[in-house]
Amino acid sequence: MSYVRQLKCRECGETFPLEPISICEYCFGPLEVDYDYAAIRSSVTREGIAAGPKTMWRYRDLLPVESEQPVDLGTGFTPLLRADNLGRRLGIDHLYLKNDSVNPTFSFKDRVVSVSVSKALEFGFRTVACASTGNLSASVAAHAAKAGLECYIFIPADLEHSKIVGTAVYGPNLVAVEGNYDEVNRLSSEVADKYGWAFVNINLRPFYSEGSKTLAFETAEQLGWRLPDHVVAPMAGGSVLTKIWKGFRELAAVGLVEPRDTRFSGAQAHGCSPIVTAYKAGAENITPVKPRTIAKSLAIGNPADGYYALRTIRNTGGAAEEVNDAEIVEGIKLLASTEGIFTETAGGVTVAVLTKLAAAGRFRPQETVVAYITGNGLKTVEALEGHLPEVRPIPPTLSSFEGQILKHTA
Amino acid sequence: MSVKVRIPTPLRRLTAGQGEVQSQGAAVSQVLADLETQFPGMHERLFDEAGQLRRFVNVYLNEEDIRFLQGLDTPVGEGDLISIVPAIAGGA
Ligand SMILES: Cc1ncc(COP(=O)(O)O)c(C=O)c1O
Ligand SMILES: [Zn+2]
Repeated sequence: MSYVRQLKCRECGETFPLEPISICEYCFGPLEVDYDYAAIRSSVTREGIAAGPKTMWRYRDLLPVESEQPVDLGTGFTPLLRADNLGRRLGIDHLYLKNDSVNPTFSFKDRVVSVSVSKALEFGFRTVACASTGNLSASVAAHAAKAGLECYIFIPADLEHSKIVGTAVYGPNLVAVEGNYDEVNRLSSEVADKYGWAFVNINLRPFYSEGSKTLAFETAEQLGWRLPDHVVAPMAGGSVLTKIWKGFRELAAVGLVEPRDTRFSGAQAHGCSPIVTAYKAGAENITPVKPRTIAKSLAIGNPADGYYALRTIRNTGGAAEEVNDAEIVEGIKLLASTEGIFTETAGGVTVAVLTKLAAAGRFRPQETVVAYITGNGLKTVEALEGHLPEVRPIPPTLSSFEGQILKHTA
Repeated sequence: MSVKVRIPTPLRRLTAGQGEVQSQGAAVSQVLADLETQFPGMHERLFDEAGQLRRFVNVYLNEEDIRFLQGLDTPVGEGDLISIVPAIAGGA
């Protein structure tokens, strides 16, 4: 049982029944899940949540799932770490990292997929599918395996090797498409239309995207039921940033935290930065681009929620910033060398943008800043090729250790 | 010029369920205007009050988003395929 009432168009407010649909028939606007917040407010408590499982499902009252047994691999309740080393380096007084690279399939996508595959089962689908830039693919394949569902995954053919292996291992029908993500996505929309499968990020999108709110819920709870002053998150389609904002608002609406005007800043790669470009140009609409970046997980040139991400950044007084490939690699290395966290290129983008915003004086003294690290470094080892010192083997003798190694490091 | 137009699910009520229809015109704008003649109500669904394509409607000529071409002024050729695709699809 849930507190969900219906689906509602974000643009025109038209309501729809709870079905696997994502688009308003009247204005093509996105549909969103509509909850009975008054009922949630009267039943939800911090203690009740704390007594729940140590996963994202401790917040099930604020998720659109009916079933008592969601499809769960143990996702969420990932560490919120104080990052004093990195904070000192960048001049940020209270910096925290939400390390979501340690989820079951090593990215935050497990949150959205756990919700959407649970919904696919509730709706009676036998086949789940997705279009993916590489992280969603692994997560959908894994959850489909657990749920015993048929699975089709559509990816751009040029993805990183470990993302392909890390998806194929779960046994899906893996379709590598000659084209970029936006082309893969378009093909997927046509397949979704024709075959009536559950595409987690197409016809199940209203439910899917709700999963990202748990990033916000956990952050607040882990900060002692308090909202941060400033958030920095990566943007591809623009959904996760928007949903972290929605998560904070909901917590205040149901009385779990004091409201706070958290500022939201978004990070993109220079080779694919349609949202940042619109932000800097003061434009209201997003002009699509053809991506060219090592941050393949963020390579969406035509962001579905770009408009809402842009609005969230503007309305909250945050900033949107972009970084180039070299800065992304530096970001990955900086995070690893200061905080011991190995993130993929998306996290490199986030850390590099955090660095840039700090240098530009975007964070105020004594503010609490949370940066979202959304994927694992082992997924994109290619990005570091040629950027780390070479490792040369030595003979197994003390003299060669002392002569070839210590002499250079001492 | 006669072209094929692919109709997404939310608009099929207007086309009596057809997912693909024929339409006429020398530019994308004319093809969409002809759709309105054939299937009244189409214009209102695709365009806002200011006469701009709605924010959440993407139009493709063959494989290319018309925003990478000349927008609504993009010329079309005999036998081309125009697809109307909701923007809210996909998210990585
Ligand atoms: C690791 C990682 N971080 C962030 C994102 C961005 O999410 P969104 O598309 O919701 O903006 C993605 C995928 O799109 C991703 O794979
Ligand atoms: Zn609407």
